[in-house]
Amino acid sequence: MPDPDLKRTILHPLHVALGAKLVPFAGYEMPVQYPMGVMKEHLHTRASAGLFDVSHMGQVILRPKTGMAALELGLEALMPVAVQGLQEGRQRYGLFTNVAGGILDDLMFANRGDHILIVVNAACKHADIAHMRAHLAEVAEVEPVTDRALLALQGPEAEAVLAGLVPQVRAMRFMDVITVDTLYGALWISRSGYTGEDGFEISLPEARAEDFARTLLAHEAVAPIGLGARDSLRLEAGLCLYGHDIDEETTPVAAGLSWAIQKPRRAGGAREGGFPGAAQILAELETGAQKQRVGLRPEGRAPMREGVILWDAPEGGQAIGRITSGGFGPSVEAPVAMGYLPAAMAAPGTRLWGELRGKRLPATVCTLPFRPSTYKR
Amino acid sequence: MRYTEEHEWLRVEGDVVVVGITEHAAEQLGDVVFVELPEIEAMVAKGDEVCVIESVKAASDILAPVDGEIVAVNEALSDTPGLVNEDPQGDAWFFKMKLDDLSVLDEFMTEDEYKDFLG
Repeated sequence: MPDPDLKRTILHPLHVALGAKLVPFAGYEMPVQYPMGVMKEHLHTRASAGLFDVSHMGQVILRPKTGMAALELGLEALMPVAVQGLQEGRQRYGLFTNVAGGILDDLMFANRGDHILIVVNAACKHADIAHMRAHLAEVAEVEPVTDRALLALQGPEAEAVLAGLVPQVRAMRFMDVITVDTLYGALWISRSGYTGEDGFEISLPEARAEDFARTLLAHEAVAPIGLGARDSLRLEAGLCLYGHDIDEETTPVAAGLSWAIQKPRRAGGAREGGFPGAAQILAELETGAQKQRVGLRPEGRAPMREGVILWDAPEGGQAIGRITSGGFGPSVEAPVAMGYLPAAMAAPGTRLWGELRGKRLPATVCTLPFRPSTYKR
Repeated sequence: MRYTEEHEWLRVEGDVVVVGITEHAAEQLGDVVFVELPEIEAMVAKGDEVCVIESVKAASDILAPVDGEIVAVNEALSDTPGLVNEDPQGDAWFFKMKLDDLSVLDEFMTEDEYKDFLG
């Protein structure tokens, strides 16, 4: 029975027509898998190209009231990330932090010349919009984009497929953004995604979204991919899922996201600090966080999923951490997981034990990602 | 062949009963990536959790359908858990049980009854 409280994306009828299994996700009824199944969808994306409906995510335009410079500085007051210096036509990963240095949401933002486009997680979008309206009122109009779909086309064939419709994409590198007028209206394209694969994210008018999706799906190389495979793809790529691997209790440093904090925002930088939680985060950048996100390879075939408690000994000993994402990695052909451990125990090669159905099974700390990414830098 | 409401099938072979999961169950589980089998010679009671199946989505248990002794397990599933999706009602049996009295199987659904149960 359809749940009347769940929202639907504009591609809902297409998902149904394609035989998707639909589940509630972040307030939306979304495809978790298509008839191909999670494993094959995952492998297809790595080998060819997968099309994902991510229209549930929040697209928000920040339109400057008094110029881009003021907007950039305003946004820097909410994130430990350099916004100033991001060139027109480029996108960057960002994080909203709270006063304790915890993460309110992670996001992508793009300099589109006369405005900034932000894409945030579906589950956080209302809070994020309120947060931006509360803090950016002086410098920006915060305009949620409610009439555009968002698709991701990911995998080694993504460029060839999309170039058939939009030849300009061949010249794009990872994190470039362009706008192209097409038969399908104005496409806002970025060369990015969340699978560890090369690929694109395409925002387009809702009215043309199904046509566009069907055109892409008509290619032999392209299959529709659900949230199940999206999760295993991002897990193998070592990417954080908000609400699981990162949340208000985890700092960017603990989460291994220090790379997202550019030099100008760090101690001694031109625009040092000045973001929520700066004292905590800047200190952790110097000395390290108490706990650290790590990759884990369970020995054997049994997956260790979110919530599994990690111990420092096969019997007795101490509970030292917890798995925040885990499952089977179809491309690495083994179970993979991420979790948090005290910094002293987080070195790759450290052996520990995950408690599964009352038994402690061994796992080894490893470097992330589990599978190298194939971005076109 | 008999069927349980937990979507297991039971097939009598001489004095033992072979237990597996139905096509419907395999389809609901999705791609199976790990199977934990019971110990041979274990005495189990109806309702005991005897196997764990992990799919790409979640972990589920197989319950002992009746009281009895585990006399064989399908080791092929340890190395090739995907067999559960390929041939759930054939090669992908899970374990064999020896019962005192095979007539207890009469309480389970026939194929037609199971089809009705699935609706």
